[in-house]
Order: sequence, then structure tokens, then C-alpha cells
Amino acid sequence: MPADACAPPLLDVSGATVRFGGIHALTNADFCIPDGSVTALIGPNGAGKTTMLNAITGMVSINEGTIHLDGQDIAGLPPHKRAAAGVVRTFQNLEVFTSMTVLENVMTGRHAATHYPILASLLRTPAFRRAERQCREIALDCLEFVGLADAHKTPAGDLPYGRQRLLEMARALAAAPKLLLLDEPAAGLNSKETAQLGDLILAIRDKRRVTVGLVEHDMDLIMRVSDHITVLNFGHPLASGTPDQIQANPDVIKAYLGEEE
Amino acid sequence: MKRPLAGQNAIRALLFLVALLVAPLALPNEYYLSIAILGCLNAVIAVGLNLLLGYAGQISLGHAAFYGIGAYATALCTTRLGLPIPAGMVIGVALAAAVAWIVAVPTLKLKGHYLAMATLGFGIIVSIVFNEAVDITGGPSGYVGIPRLALLGHEFDTDRGYYNVVAVVLAAVVLLALNLMKSRTGRALRALHVSEKAAQSLGIDIAAHKRFVFVLSAALAGLAGVLYAHYLGFIAPASFGFSFSIQLVVMVILGGMASVWGSVAGALFLTALPEALRDFENIDILVYGAILVATILFLPDGLAGGCTRLFRKFRRTEASHAR
Repeated sequence: MPADACAPPLLDVSGATVRFGGIHALTNADFCIPDGSVTALIGPNGAGKTTMLNAITGMVSINEGTIHLDGQDIAGLPPHKRAAAGVVRTFQNLEVFTSMTVLENVMTGRHAATHYPILASLLRTPAFRRAERQCREIALDCLEFVGLADAHKTPAGDLPYGRQRLLEMARALAAAPKLLLLDEPAAGLNSKETAQLGDLILAIRDKRRVTVGLVEHDMDLIMRVSDHITVLNFGHPLASGTPDQIQANPDVIKAYLGEEE
Repeated sequence: MKRPLAGQNAIRALLFLVALLVAPLALPNEYYLSIAILGCLNAVIAVGLNLLLGYAGQISLGHAAFYGIGAYATALCTTRLGLPIPAGMVIGVALAAAVAWIVAVPTLKLKGHYLAMATLGFGIIVSIVFNEAVDITGGPSGYVGIPRLALLGHEFDTDRGYYNVVAVVLAAVVLLALNLMKSRTGRALRALHVSEKAAQSLGIDIAAHKRFVFVLSAALAGLAGVLYAHYLGFIAPASFGFSFSIQLVVMVILGGMASVWGSVAGALFLTALPEALRDFENIDILVYGAILVATILFLPDGLAGGCTRLFRKFRRTEASHAR
């Protein structure tokens, strides 16, 4: 693994081990995401991709190792503080707030970035209304960005599946993250929607200047959008490099296709 | 876009207050006024409980305990300790909130049925204390001699005067609840109701928000409790038991989950219903049950949801006539 592949790193996971009882979901795993990149984490089923994502966002805690975001050690922080520190994620099985409108969902994404005391909201002070207006504008901008602005008044639960995925991305972007982690964003999308998703991921990197971490199974999508790819196998990193390097790597081919007799 | 300075919520709450203040003119006698006062107090508790149950999705089967804590605290402060009434009221609300804070730390880690069991247990423990600490609370036969509310030298000794106070309190509580739900905090509560995972991934401190809304709803129950004590002048444990906790939950569900106005409607409806059923004498409790079942069956989203749908239907037919 070339040492300079990850300079400068935005996210640096080093020696991460996660054990569930006797099962090692991650073993001494290194994973880093260069600043300004789209970095994919791939691997066969059960390789520990989702565990890695959960470890980074604090949904599971690591038994050993370190996690640094932009130089800050975040391994000990609870999930909501990691979000405030700049790591925000989407979910493989959609976790849209179905009881709210599309706009309210995205405004909820601004939670950590919107500040006023509770008393101000009870009395609707001018400062409160200013902050709410700003929150609303940013949320609308994020909806515009993913192409959902027309649906902002719709109850989120009424959106079709593919658009709920977009909503999750808008909601995550509203939090103005440094690092956006997407957990299988193409799952359940048709080929046209997947192509649009690819455009959106690139736009997030180029226009929003947000670094993207991507866990995905769709190889066409990965090869198209990724700057870097890390391959996990049995909870351990197998290879890391550019899409071309990964595609040519014999270890990776072996892990995916099995060994030729 | 031109917007009124105080916002829509304030206008609605003001109209509501006017309606509340005018309503007694339609009541035939003083007795109904006392029912209206209890209805408003129940509405205060129901609005608070709805913040917890309807918005944040956390059940409490022990809210009558906070109502009782507020009532007993101000009763003891203003009689045994000889404190002025406003001080007793503040202590009553604060004590309900403080107890809620202590209870919240361990119980709100629980979910669903387990949270229901824990709050149920808490309510029963408090009820036992009210009954058994005879030296302090007067035991099952109750506590007498609580002074009537007096503020700034004015004594609210008529039911009409007291009703006005309670109406103002209810309208204020409604306004604050509406405002709170249209804010960062309200969105966070509704978010964690649907998905705790997603909520915390967006930077929402779930434990802190659950604790906050639990304490807030307990404080509102405490507020209703102190007003109840200084209205009747007599309190007994039977008013603060398990069955009242259940009734409060029914008010919220019947009125409509996650609807402030629904909770008001549910509380007023359920308080008035037994009075309206007096004519049925021995079978009134059966009719009461039948009405509850029918309402839940035909209005699954409560009185609030039913009214909204009726209103939409009405507007649609009006629009089609216009065409």
C-alpha cells in the first residue's frame, strides 16, 4: 500500500478492531479517506464494511485502534458529537423521518448547526426567527441540489423509494459535513436512478466540496465515481488503491471470484 | 411575504382564549363551571403528555404522580410551612420537574413496554406514598384546608374568577407547546420518535432531548396539580392514582397523537363525557366505554385527525361547487 495514497487524510482509521463476543468483525483494520476524494469501501458480504461505517459514526465502539477526523481523535465521542464534528451518514435501510414533511426532514439535518436557546423558540424571538429562516433556506438549497425542491411540502413517507434516498442525502448535506458516508446508496435503485446517483456523488465532491465515503456493491458505480478504493475481506484490509489498481489486483480477484483450481 | 409579528400560533392561541372566556356564558349553572375548570386542568396535563407521547414517542403510565406531587407539595408548603401561595406553587412545579429528572435518568434508557412498566411502577410507588405517609399527606382520607388561590392581593374565590385563571394558563401552555414543536427542539423530538439512529447521526443528543421533554411534561402536570389543590382546597390520593394516569393517555390518544389541539379536545371531551352520561345512570360506564371504542374505531387518528379530514372534505366539495 503506497504511503502517500492518503495525503492529506480527512479520515484516518488505524488498527481498528471490533469484536462482537467471539466474532471479529474488524481485525486491526486501517482505512483512510483523502480530503476531497470519493473513497469506496468494498468487499464480499460479511467483510465488515457496515461495521467499519458504524465504527466511524460511533454506532459501535472499537475495542482497539484510533479514529481521527481532520486530526481530531473522535473514537471516544458519542454518535451525536461525531456528527457535530463533521461525519454524517445515510443508511442502507432508509431511515427517513416519515412523520415529517420533506422540508422538515432536511431542516432536522441542520440540528447541530442551528443555535438558539429553547426559551427563544417558546417566545419566537427575532433571533429565533432569523435562525429558522436561515435553516429553512439552507434546507431548500439542499433539496434543490438533489432535485427534490418541488416535493418539499410532501410528507416524507409518501415519497417513492428512490426519492427517499435522495432525501436522506439532502438531509445529510444540510448538516454541512466534512465527510459524508453513504451506506449502499444504490441499493434498490434501477439503472437510470443509479446513473443519476453517480452524477450526484460527483457533484457532492466537486460542487459542495464534501469528501465522500462510499460503501457499495454496484461495481460500475464504484469504478465510475471513486478516486480511491479500499477492499475489506474478513474484517481485514486486503488492498487499497485507484480503481485501475484494484481491478488488476490478483488478491482482490481471488477474494471476489474464488481461487482457480 | 408579510408576517404578523407574533406568528400564527399566537393568533390561534388568542382566539382560543377568547372562546374559552366566552364559553361559560352558555353554561346553565355553576356546577358546569367547575367541570370546565377540571377540563382545562386536564387539558394542561394532556398537552404536556402529548409532547412526550405523541411527539417524542415515549410512553408514561405514571403521569398522575407528577400531578399529585405538585398538588401535595403546594398544599404542604402553604399550610404546614406557612409559605405564601405563589411560593408553594413554584415549589410544587419545581418538585414535579425535579422528581421527573431523577426518574428520567434510569427509565428513559428503556423502550416500549419496558418504559411503560417502569413509569407504571413509579406511579404506583408515589400513589402508595400518598396513601401511607399519613402524618404528612393525611393518608387515604385526604388533605384539607388548602387556601384558595390569591395573587397580588386578589383572591380568586368565585368559580368564574378561577376559571379565567385556568383558561389563561391553558391558552399559554397551548401557545408554548405549539411554538416549541415548530422549532429545532420539536423537530428533534419528532425525529427521534421515528428513528433514533438517524436522529443521532444528525447530531441530536437523544438522551438529553428525551430527558428534557419528560421533565417538561412532568412540570406541566405539576402545574395542573398546584392549580387543582388551590381550587378545591382538598386533595386525596384517589385523584392521583393509576386510573387517572391511564385516563390521561386515553385523552392524548383519543384527541390525536402529535396534535396539541387534539389533546385539548380529548381532555375536554373526556372530562365532560361522564357528566353528559348521567342520564344513563347504572349503565353510564358501559356507554362511556362504547363511545371510546367507537371513536378509536372510526377516528383512528383521533378527534384532531377526524376534524382535519372533515374540514378538507368540506373545502373540496365547496371548491367543486364553485367550479
